Amino acid sequence: MAAINRDDVAHLARLAHIEMSADELDRMAGELAVIVDSVKSVSEAAGDDVPATSHPIPLTNVFREDVVGHTFTAEQSLSGAPDAYEGRFKVPAILDED
Amino acid sequence: MSVDATLSFEEAMEKYDPVLGFEVHVELNTKTKMFSSAPNVFGDEPNTNVNEVDLGMPGVLPVVNRTAIESSIKIGLALNCKIAETCRFARKNYFYPDTPKNFQTSQYDEPIAYDGYLDIELSDGTVFRVEIERAHMEEDAGKLTHMGGSAGRIQGADYSLVDYNRSGVPLVEIVTKPIQGAGSRAPELAKAYVAAVREIVKNLGVSDAKMERGNVRCDANVSLRPHGRERFGIRSETKNVNSLRAVEHAVRYEIQRHAAVLDSGEPVIQETRHWHEDTRSTTSGRAKSDADDYRYFPEPDLVPIVASREWVEELRATLPEPPAERRKRLQADWGYSDLEFRDVVNAGVMDEIEETIAAGATATVARKWWMGEIVGRAKNADVDPGQLGVQPATIVELNKLVEDGKINNKMATAVLDGVLAGEGTPAEIVEKRGLAVVSDDGPLLEAIDAALAAQPDVADKIRAGKLQAIGAIVGGVMKATRGQADAGRVKELILQKLGVEG
Repeated sequence: MAAINRDDVAHLARLAHIEMSADELDRMAGELAVIVDSVKSVSEAAGDDVPATSHPIPLTNVFREDVVGHTFTAEQSLSGAPDAYEGRFKVPAILDED
Repeated sequence: MSVDATLSFEEAMEKYDPVLGFEVHVELNTKTKMFSSAPNVFGDEPNTNVNEVDLGMPGVLPVVNRTAIESSIKIGLALNCKIAETCRFARKNYFYPDTPKNFQTSQYDEPIAYDGYLDIELSDGTVFRVEIERAHMEEDAGKLTHMGGSAGRIQGADYSLVDYNRSGVPLVEIVTKPIQGAGSRAPELAKAYVAAVREIVKNLGVSDAKMERGNVRCDANVSLRPHGRERFGIRSETKNVNSLRAVEHAVRYEIQRHAAVLDSGEPVIQETRHWHEDTRSTTSGRAKSDADDYRYFPEPDLVPIVASREWVEELRATLPEPPAERRKRLQADWGYSDLEFRDVVNAGVMDEIEETIAAGATATVARKWWMGEIVGRAKNADVDPGQLGVQPATIVELNKLVEDGKINNKMATAVLDGVLAGEGTPAEIVEKRGLAVVSDDGPLLEAIDAALAAQPDVADKIRAGKLQAIGAIVGGVMKATRGQADAGRVKELILQKLGVEG
């Protein structure tokens, strides 16, 4: 795994919408490098015969039947909204149409 | 907004070879959402078909909808795909108000279905194989409405309103491999491919498949390369292409636009384009950037899906007749010639004709109305025939009025226009407009006498057995009655009058 540098941290911070000062970027680049190294040593311990795991418990196919359950009223849905208008969440316009 | 330069389609084809790719999103018609038990229903009061999972509240646990998995496997099988023995969901991370969790639950490197194909029949019967890269499961996002600024577009909008009713609706995204070798048939192939996918999911019963409601949505990738070059050109991805006609037009437009860019010596920019139905053109969305770094990782709240071979075979056994076989059967049932049937399919009215026959019309009557009257009107109105607003029952009723001799064919087309103008049912329009064929023989006989007297030589011919001459007399009668006579009855009366056996 490639070492993590200050630019990588700045990039990740921007993607994650985390504001970081120059000092924080420097410090985090150093700390993350240690973490990446630690993960690397774990990766080395697992041979090619060990499949990647996303869950520690070997469960599969946890399903729900397709039956309608509870819903919120519009008032309940919007109860925690910073701003709302006509039953909908009101958000700042973001110039990124999709 | 500046208008992009374009080359004529013919010139673009002379110089360049198009390569296409499609991402088609299919909304499943399950009763509930992909990961929550809230109802999957279109068009209700905003933010009422949601619960804590759809709103992305902290600490909630999504649970997978079994039916959505089964529908996804069925789609994979119908697309001749392999079904993954095991697959997982992943988080696609991005910040945008249509996704309250700040990630979309999707599939990344382990799609549920992969490596399939679809054989697409073009209008002249040519079969073109489109290879399917993958079909993966994900959830739909909420609906944003941009307020203020200009006409609902985000440019200049003051704020946006969000309705999360669509949030979490199960989606299957079908991705093709690059489609090469279509040449000038590319726009037609694009339309035929999306039509085929829509037909398949509708036939499977896993989606309502209404493009106008966004049940089937298409992103079209287009790139051009000089003839003979192996390497692909830079592509654009056109979004918001939400009707079959728009798919064809958008691919055609992008080919023409790319060709002009390449001709000018500039590189094509890899970007998202937005399709505008009103101007039949695309505008630049955003360039691909590091905002597309989605940092996928396995969804920790959902365990892997294991599709046992037994389960897959059980589902395979439930698949309905494939559309291609269905077409063969319908053609045989309806007794249409190859040409007649192909015209019906190309006009996009096969389902409508089937419904009209189911409503009680004969195959001949159904074809006469859809192909003879409705397809042309739809073309003039620039909509798909099925969206013009003609119900199967309308045609059955119109035909009955004609068969009962209440109106003639000419009046029936006028009544159809009345129905489309929202004037009421055919019977109501006949009543309101005072349309009715003159069925009282008295005025007809008077008109016949006048017509025969005016053309005595024609009358002699008919007496002599030259029955084809009768048209001239019938024409005279129709003129005298201003088209309100039943031509069949007029013929009978003329023959009676002249003592000739019909």
